[in-house]
Amino acid sequence: MEQIFSSEISILEISYLLASILFILGLKKLSHPDTARAGNLWAAAGMTAAILFTILFHKKDGQSIGNISWILIALAIGTFIGWYASKKVKMTAMPQMVSIFNGMGGACAALIALMEFPKMQNMLAAEGVANMFNGEAIAILLALMIGGVSFAGSMIAFGKLDGRIGDIKHPILRIINLSFLVLLLVALVLIMTMTPIAGNNIMIYLFAIAALIYGVTFVMPIGGADMPVVISLLNSFTGVAAAMGGFLYNNQAMLTGGILVGSSGTILTILMCKAMNRSLMNVIIGAFGGSAAGSAQAGDKNVKEISLSDASVLLSYSQKVYIVPGYGLAVAQAQHLCHDLDTLLESKGVEVKYGIHPVAGRMPGHMNVLLAEADVPYEKLVEMDDVNNEVGNTDVLIVIGANDVVNPAAETDPGSPIYGMPVIKAWEAKNIIVMKRSMAKGYAAIENDLFHHPKTRMLFGDAKATLQKLITEIKSL
Amino acid sequence: MKFFLEYKEAIFVIILSIFLGIEVISHVPAVLHTPLMSGSNAIHGVVIIGAIIVMGHAQATLSLVFGFIAVILGTLNVVGGFVVTDRMLEMFKKKKTKKTNK
Repeated sequence: MEQIFSSEISILEISYLLASILFILGLKKLSHPDTARAGNLWAAAGMTAAILFTILFHKKDGQSIGNISWILIALAIGTFIGWYASKKVKMTAMPQMVSIFNGMGGACAALIALMEFPKMQNMLAAEGVANMFNGEAIAILLALMIGGVSFAGSMIAFGKLDGRIGDIKHPILRIINLSFLVLLLVALVLIMTMTPIAGNNIMIYLFAIAALIYGVTFVMPIGGADMPVVISLLNSFTGVAAAMGGFLYNNQAMLTGGILVGSSGTILTILMCKAMNRSLMNVIIGAFGGSAAGSAQAGDKNVKEISLSDASVLLSYSQKVYIVPGYGLAVAQAQHLCHDLDTLLESKGVEVKYGIHPVAGRMPGHMNVLLAEADVPYEKLVEMDDVNNEVGNTDVLIVIGANDVVNPAAETDPGSPIYGMPVIKAWEAKNIIVMKRSMAKGYAAIENDLFHHPKTRMLFGDAKATLQKLITEIKSL
Repeated sequence: MKFFLEYKEAIFVIILSIFLGIEVISHVPAVLHTPLMSGSNAIHGVVIIGAIIVMGHAQATLSLVFGFIAVILGTLNVVGGFVVTDRMLEMFKKKKTKKTNK
């Protein structure tokens, strides 16, 4: 016993065990609303311990960690930027931020692999080994490939969520994608069959570049609306890349941490797909958008507008009002005004609730976070199934900046790309007011018949400006 | 076969961790999907340990530079990930306290 605890290596291993336990408990707690915040802190504590003990006690061939001042400077820079960026970012831009951080992790794994490969090759060359068929090489190459794909893919996902990059959809891209993947895997095996020659690193750089390109072409054709699923998938990729690093260094904390994220991330991705009633393959291969088959006849339908004064009268004399928010509300930063409207109407005796579709916004749960930021009480946020049960006796349902999540085509039009997706049955309410910037299509780029429904009236304009005017109008009644 | 014997401990850990990861989050409500993704995003920042190890034994200038960048990127992943998650979850907590105050 004494022997074990007096050795410094063992202190490190115990700290890694502790970190792994904290990661597991942290994840467990993160999946329950009451304990989620504590869970995040537990995992962070585990991470801090793992980093600290690595710097203090890690030894390779009897050598302690060197370059400590440089490591500390890098840690300080990373901490400062990471802290600053995540404190400053607006709640609406949260998904983009997560995507960037995920990409950083992938890039980190890829860089490690890029540095380890030449070392390994030089060593094997000195030993005169015939090829590179060994666990280390597999780990390095996989870390490089997966990390590279995750980095490049995350950057594209960020660009799409931020509206900087459009979708490129072309059937040819699918073929290019598939062949690129095959090419990467073949290259991986080929590199392993090569005889190690010291300093011969060209192919590993080419391999890295190919992985980056695949990351781009992998995410490019996937519709912007599916980015949350993609980020979740890339998140689990990065987990696997980190685990490969753990395999390489025989490091338990990296191994368990990485694999945990890899497997839970995959399950989470599948759960997200289920919430949209789609399969993962369907998301990746991308059946979304494009198909105009079901909506060809939509051209000549008329749209009825409502004036602000009519809308305010209608709302003020209702008994029950539902607000269905979408991403439009989020981009317009109108969640606070939305809450103002809600309190104003409540003071007039109107019952106001929010109907939250699970994938409203850009990420599952995104709307809940945004409305919570605007102090909307938790019990006012009603989940989709409950909304659909009582939507029939709702006097007015206001759709603010949402589109696909209230599209009746999901139930009625088998030709529609979103057919089968659970939606909020807005059309069952007695009156529907749709606040919208224009008649443009939603994120899934499909026609929405709700806007042409006889009970629907449109209120065009920016969500924030319109809400402001509406509130003034109601006050002056 | 030699491969499996050589790395049996790691393979053991990997397989058990896969099941653990699936089991641990299998009953998560949709509201928590985003924070959970963000939280696990921070956890894979554990890759920073690898960066520290590389950096700690780097001698050539090029690997020092690469290592330096890798440590920065890893730290960004860790710190940014945890702080963003905390901010998201803070929103949920605010609701809770409100509720009890009423």
